[in-house]
Amino acid sequence: MRRFGPMFRKEFIQMRRDRLTLGIMVGIPVLQLLLFGFAIQTDVRHIPTVVLDESRTPSSRDAIAAFENTGNFRILAHVDGRDALDAWIARGDAQAAIAIPHDFPRDLARGSTATIQVVVDASDPLSSQAALAAAAGVAQVRNLAILSAAAGRSDLPLETRVRPRYNPGLRSPNYIVPGLVGVILTLTMILVTAMAIVRERERGTLEQLIVTPITKTELMLGKIAPYVGVGLVQMTTVLLLGRFVFDVPLTGNVLLLYAIALVFIVASLAFGLFVSTLVRTQQQAMQASFFFVLPNILLSGFMFPRQAMPTLFQWIGAFLPLTHFLKVLRGILLKGVGVTELWKELVILLLFATVLIALSVRRFQKTLD
Amino acid sequence: MNDVAVETRHLTRRFGPIVAVRDLNLTIAKGEVFGLLGPNGSGKTTTIRMLCGLLAPSEGTAIVAGVDVVKSPDLIKERIGYMSQRFGLYEDLTVAENMDFFAGIYGLEGPGRRGRIAEVVAFLGLNRRLHQLAGTLSGGWKQRLGLACALMHRPPVLFLDEPTAGVDPAARRGFWTTITALSGQGTTVIVTTHYMDEASRCVRLGLMSQGHLIALGTPSEVATQVGGRDLEDAFVILQERDEQEQEA
Repeated sequence: MRRFGPMFRKEFIQMRRDRLTLGIMVGIPVLQLLLFGFAIQTDVRHIPTVVLDESRTPSSRDAIAAFENTGNFRILAHVDGRDALDAWIARGDAQAAIAIPHDFPRDLARGSTATIQVVVDASDPLSSQAALAAAAGVAQVRNLAILSAAAGRSDLPLETRVRPRYNPGLRSPNYIVPGLVGVILTLTMILVTAMAIVRERERGTLEQLIVTPITKTELMLGKIAPYVGVGLVQMTTVLLLGRFVFDVPLTGNVLLLYAIALVFIVASLAFGLFVSTLVRTQQQAMQASFFFVLPNILLSGFMFPRQAMPTLFQWIGAFLPLTHFLKVLRGILLKGVGVTELWKELVILLLFATVLIALSVRRFQKTLD
Repeated sequence: MNDVAVETRHLTRRFGPIVAVRDLNLTIAKGEVFGLLGPNGSGKTTTIRMLCGLLAPSEGTAIVAGVDVVKSPDLIKERIGYMSQRFGLYEDLTVAENMDFFAGIYGLEGPGRRGRIAEVVAFLGLNRRLHQLAGTLSGGWKQRLGLACALMHRPPVLFLDEPTAGVDPAARRGFWTTITALSGQGTTVIVTTHYMDEASRCVRLGLMSQGHLIALGTPSEVATQVGGRDLEDAFVILQERDEQEQEA
């Protein structure tokens, strides 16, 4: 391995001299974090809503206030009829509508079931789900109040007490930021090394390189080593911004996180290297990287829960290093767990790194055939 | 056998149905400046690449600097220097960084590396360019730097594939002075070219056409073998014959 040193030094100088790429590699985490952190809120609130109140009584106004008080509905306007209500929804100006019929106060007074209709624009999944849940909640609270008054008791016969462990405030940044560390590393690490070998091929330097006694392993490891540093800088950037801008906790052992992250970074770099041995031009390398990055974002559990996926896709997800690193990130940052809980993920990531480097070395040939 | 630097027997390389080099038998003595001459596509570059272990021969054997190219493609790389038409330099590294890298890759370390680099810098007159980026050098200086990198490990055999492409006449002349000096130190130099003045400076020439070695000997011998008054004449006769055969 004595030629690893010169190879590493060369790659490091080239990386340092390519200011634009270096800037992008440090800029991407900052930009992504701010976008994801500020823009993405999975708890939908203030859904634009219109009201059709056909009864216009104190009890109907009461009901509307109950909806508004949940904070999930923002009442934009009162409309006069069905057609107007549908028009608001169709235009997309309102995503929910509350309709209270004429006989609402009468049914309520008589003790028969009074109905409130809630129309939801379900073409947008997250807000429609939030509207449905909030609407059901409103009815339930009112039912409880009426029923307990009728039964003459003020305490409830049954109550479930939910304790959201590890993220008691159910804050979106606490989900997003740890995952984002993994996503950003995957994205940039695969892309930079996917370019690594094809760039030398395109510039004509590969021919000169493979006519020297450098071994394939020295070449591969020397290529990826400088980017390990870049990965660690990216991760630190995201963690610090997450901590001080979005107040994301760093509950567990940060040293352990860095140790496992090192393995994950090497695995991602090795994956890019493997891509590099499959393609012939830098353009192909770029396209191939994006082809591999997309499943990482969709199937790893970063955005969508893996438990909800069909078994086949859970399996595909299991073959992505990011899936396992996400468990590590959330485990250490939010849950504060240690090696005892995470050794399996560590072993899997080590396996990924070793196998991918071995595969790349095998595929790469020191000839021009 | 000890005076032989390169020996090939029935060396053949095919690319699919195309035979790029056919049944090449060649013996090159140590310290010789041997030129491979021929039009584009005649098989010069393929031959050199096989001799460097960059391409596996389809058939035949080649011994270079005492090493079997087919059996030990890794060992051969420690004993040869190679410079291609594109020089293969890192344009975003300086002259010094390029040399340092190749010296390191060839396994030179510590004071030995520094000493050898200083030696090569003096030999090729690179000392005033050390901190210039390789990408900003003129063709002639790129060529010298390419040669410097290929010479770091004192290879007994040096392969130069069209080393003077895109280099001005003055730099070409200086380059050939260097080649002659290297040969005087005992380095075997194998060079491809299609410049006649360069070909005539070689000790011996091999003339290639469509993968065949069709003439071998001193420049004047080669000229007579093909039936031309001089080398240039021979080369033109050859190229016309090629074109006729292709049309037929």
